[in-house]
Amino acid sequence: MTVITDALCPFCGCLCDDITVVVEDNKIRDVKHACKLGASKIMGHHRIKAPMMRKDKNSTFTEVSYEEAINEAAWILLNSKRPLMYGWASTVCEAHKKGIFLAEELGAIIDNTATVCHGPSTLAVHEKGLPTSTLGQIKNRADVIVFWGSNPVHAHPRHMGRYSVFAKGLFSEKGRKGRKIVVVDVRKTDTANMADEFVPIEQGTDYLVVSAMRAILSGHADVVPDTVGGVPKEQLVKIVELLKTAKFVSIFFGMGLTQSKSRYKNIDNAISLTFELNSFTKCVITPMRGHYNVTGFGQVCSWETGFATAVDFARGVPYYNPGETAANDVLIRKETDAAMIIAGDAGAHFPADSVRHLARIPVIQIDPYWNPTTEVANVVIPAAICGVEAEGTAYRMDGVSLRMRKMIEPLYPTDTEILDRITERVKELKGE
Amino acid sequence: MILNAILITGRTINQGATIENKTSSDYQEATACCELNQKDICTLGISPGSRISVKTDHGDVVVKLKENKGNPDGIAFIPMGPWANAVVDPDTKGCGMPGFKGIPARIEPTDDKVLSMKELMARYK
Repeated sequence: MTVITDALCPFCGCLCDDITVVVEDNKIRDVKHACKLGASKIMGHHRIKAPMMRKDKNSTFTEVSYEEAINEAAWILLNSKRPLMYGWASTVCEAHKKGIFLAEELGAIIDNTATVCHGPSTLAVHEKGLPTSTLGQIKNRADVIVFWGSNPVHAHPRHMGRYSVFAKGLFSEKGRKGRKIVVVDVRKTDTANMADEFVPIEQGTDYLVVSAMRAILSGHADVVPDTVGGVPKEQLVKIVELLKTAKFVSIFFGMGLTQSKSRYKNIDNAISLTFELNSFTKCVITPMRGHYNVTGFGQVCSWETGFATAVDFARGVPYYNPGETAANDVLIRKETDAAMIIAGDAGAHFPADSVRHLARIPVIQIDPYWNPTTEVANVVIPAAICGVEAEGTAYRMDGVSLRMRKMIEPLYPTDTEILDRITERVKELKGE
Repeated sequence: MILNAILITGRTINQGATIENKTSSDYQEATACCELNQKDICTLGISPGSRISVKTDHGDVVVKLKENKGNPDGIAFIPMGPWANAVVDPDTKGCGMPGFKGIPARIEPTDDKVLSMKELMARYK
């Protein structure tokens, strides 16, 4: 029996690095320190046993060899005029690099799961930049924490203990007792139940509420109506005063901002509020990233192509224009004619119209598990689980890169190996 | 018997804990549901655990009704996943992001069954 300590959790953007795993006979027997989300992923369950293929999506799959599946995947991609390569959040940066290389080789569109989570945040960062910090800075210094449209009790269960609400640090030795917590949300979530100040806003009014706070901050409370987005002006004045007089404010935001009306403009406005608060105190803002390495794809794609996501190689050079080149844009327009889904589940997490189009075109899936994308796939290639069976680099939600360790030996090829083999076969078929 | 609501979708702890096991009944239990507050449930005239039909301009889906005391009046919450995505707004509004929150929905009791993940996906083929 082997006990691995200080392993990284491959679930959410917290990338908790204090996990203990007990391994026996190349099987994980126990996981300690992980939350419910991380433990369920690390413990694992029934896998797709072997590569599978089918021509007709209503027929059953036939098990095939890796060589056959990779050959078919290469043919599908090569015969496509407008291939989409989507996913990438639950794999390591080394696989991202291989995927971007293959996308360039094919003239494909490559997009990651940020397209349905923090893609709009990227657009806002283009507009305004991002006054942010590491989670370590926040742990050690922040005395006011704001969660806006974000519910870490459910989505990032150890965030509050390790980095924000309860964490004790160099200048925050009192932990929770030394901090004020503000939660802005449409619902009174379990995170809101822990707040000192809960600001319940009407759905879709985030932009208005941020604008009102900026007006109050700049000394123009007189122009703010009695209620904004359902929030009494008095409460907004109180919150702004709390932020202004704090020593270090940390704003964390989630899908409540990115997916609501106004999309990226909500984040653009929240970043402006953050900048303006820095005239009074120290204030930083951080997106609560979902999958453990969705941040990593943005990093790798940026240094390889100049753009963080939704990159179209059809012109032979990287072209980027979310709204035109993001995964759901090309699926809803029925523009793409083949898709490779890797380390993400478009079948489960895209709107019906997008999934309907996936069901009409050839789909290659690279994933450890059977999921809704499998239901609309033609070629399924099972892969090792990164961070459990394969090592590699991942980026925490604050942009800190960490090395994922291998806990057990893989019984399946890694994403990197599969991408290498598909690329090699594509080049062979092209006669290169 | 009919409730007009604004639908939002999002993560829950049980949705996340079963996200790598989407063929399981646990995943269906965690995601094929719609949370309303008690007042809105009373409007529908049924009890938590009953089946409801959620219809929007973009589709319809049958899910199980759950109570959430934190929801304001007229806000319906379905955990992210294939059941929620059967009814969300596909319009990316020029920035790549579909409308996963803020969708007008019409909710009413139904005797129809909650489709399994495989049955739901079969509707798209």
